[in-house]
Amino acid sequence: MRHQGIPRVVGKWFIPPILLFALYVQFHGDFGPGGGFQAGVIFAAAVVLYTLIFGLQATKQIVKPRIIEILVALGVLLYAGTGLVSLFLGYNFLDYTALDPAAPPHGQHLGIFLVELGVGITVAAVMIAIFFGFAGRRRLR
Amino acid sequence: MIDMHLPILLIVVPLVSAPLCVLLRQKTLVWAFASLVCVASLGMASMLLIRVLEEGVISYAIGGWIAPWGIEYRVDTINAFVLLLVSIIAAVLMFFALPSVADEISGKQHYLFYTAYLLCFTGLMGIAITGDAFNVFVFLEISSLSSYTLIALGRDRRALTASYQYLIMGTLGATFIVIGIGLMYMMTGTLNMFDLSERLPAMFETRTAMVAFAFLTVGMLIKLAMFPMHMWLPNAYCYAPSLVTAFLAATATKVSIYVFLRFTFTVWGTEFVFEKLNLDAFLIPLSLIGIYVASLSAIYQTNVKRLLAYSSVAQIGYMMLGIGFVSVTGLTGGIVHLFNHALMKAALFLSVGSAVLRLGSSDLADWKGLGRRMPVTMAAFVLAGLSLIGVPLTVGFISKWYLILAALEAGWWPIALLALLSSLLAVIYVWRVVEVAYFQKADDDSNVQEAPLMMQISMWILTGATLYFGIQTDLTVSVAQRAAGLLLGVTP
Repeated sequence: MRHQGIPRVVGKWFIPPILLFALYVQFHGDFGPGGGFQAGVIFAAAVVLYTLIFGLQATKQIVKPRIIEILVALGVLLYAGTGLVSLFLGYNFLDYTALDPAAPPHGQHLGIFLVELGVGITVAAVMIAIFFGFAGRRRLR
Repeated sequence: MIDMHLPILLIVVPLVSAPLCVLLRQKTLVWAFASLVCVASLGMASMLLIRVLEEGVISYAIGGWIAPWGIEYRVDTINAFVLLLVSIIAAVLMFFALPSVADEISGKQHYLFYTAYLLCFTGLMGIAITGDAFNVFVFLEISSLSSYTLIALGRDRRALTASYQYLIMGTLGATFIVIGIGLMYMMTGTLNMFDLSERLPAMFETRTAMVAFAFLTVGMLIKLAMFPMHMWLPNAYCYAPSLVTAFLAATATKVSIYVFLRFTFTVWGTEFVFEKLNLDAFLIPLSLIGIYVASLSAIYQTNVKRLLAYSSVAQIGYMMLGIGFVSVTGLTGGIVHLFNHALMKAALFLSVGSAVLRLGSSDLADWKGLGRRMPVTMAAFVLAGLSLIGVPLTVGFISKWYLILAALEAGWWPIALLALLSSLLAVIYVWRVVEVAYFQKADDDSNVQEAPLMMQISMWILTGATLYFGIQTDLTVSVAQRAAGLLLGVTP
């Protein structure tokens, strides 16, 4: 679709706001609707739109499959790592109070923030990986 | 610190290791790392069982949220036993994994294979350890999704259809389970199993309770491959990579049986399930029919893996039969068989896996003369096969002994007789393999080597265990007895 003017221009206009909106949904999730899962999906949607317009090859130059694979793992590690940190600080697993024992609500806030970030990273990366998996498949004859 | 956090570490260590495998990537390194994790889990599971036997129930509040509000991990004799079983199998299979995975999985996918293996392991352990009904569903999905991938990695293209069939059936089962749990939550407003067991009795007269129980039970019976809901199992076991077959056969259905025990006995209680709804009147005949139908199907199979898969369905029948007696002896028999069958089926599938490595096929026709060509592997097959039949001095005998004892105790001697006669069918299907392997000449004279040492280590640890626990029954039977008493509320 690279040679079709309207989708290309509309895509160029829309992809940055979509990415930005994903970040908004991610980080505003603790005050309004949203959170890691939704944000990850929205973020991945921007990448999907880019691929539809500019092709798989062009996308893979920016979003490298190897990096995506690492991000899938990193998100989970961030989540579980947050839990392990509280474990090492002498609290129960995923007890966010450990992150700021002086002000438990702040600790809880920080904990949820980190955990949701992990969710967001993994969901976005998994969505992109699945899309690449399908898009990269050659047609069977 | 480790002592206090043992329940959560048992889950988190393999869970964190799975993504680390993706980062490590290098084949041998990933294998070594995964093995280390499995052995560490085995150590922690044994420590946990010892502690539970000494101190009684251990409870762990995740995130510091106290039950029933937060998610609780609750370990008693029954699930400590299941946790130990799953981690024994996972750890012992890692020796076998090195040559087997190198042979059957393409080199680029090794790290992903071990990631899925560890995730499946995490899921199974999680199901067993949690005291939260919804958490069971979450871990069930983790283990199921990873097992679909593991099965689909089989060399045969039919592995894909087998995996898809399992995916459809497994999802159906999981959906039914979650509908059941959802209805339970709607009625009581709690998801904690212990809390549910206290609040549910007030709802026993409502139709919602019936519907919730019906959905839950059918879902669980699909997951544990109870006859006639077992159709996904033979294909899945047949086309999966050898290691996966052995792992799933020894753990996945066993953990599902544990879930069944937990929900029927602890959460709903025997009064509702067996006195009001008479589930036993449904379980016992179905188990018996299942034993006979699956054993007869096993006799007619031409593929050894498939034959053993059908035999697994029959053996699940024995476990459910024991549970259906609703007596301490019957449950002891069921739980002991759960453990024993895991050992012997894993040993059998490992010897098949070794043969597949050397012959490239698990078709019975290719196994001619295998007794002479791979004597050590076939010896393990025969010993574990004897256990499947239930010959004295093997584990199979112990479990059948308790099952028949339970039948006689209840005064149902025809059932005892039927259970005994069904062993003859096992004799027939094991003998078919033995006959081809030992009494027929190989078609070609090509030299077939014995299985590599790593495979033999796994195989013989498990075969040895089937003999050891057949003679030394203190550990298995006494733990199973305590678990049975706990489920029935007889002993604390």
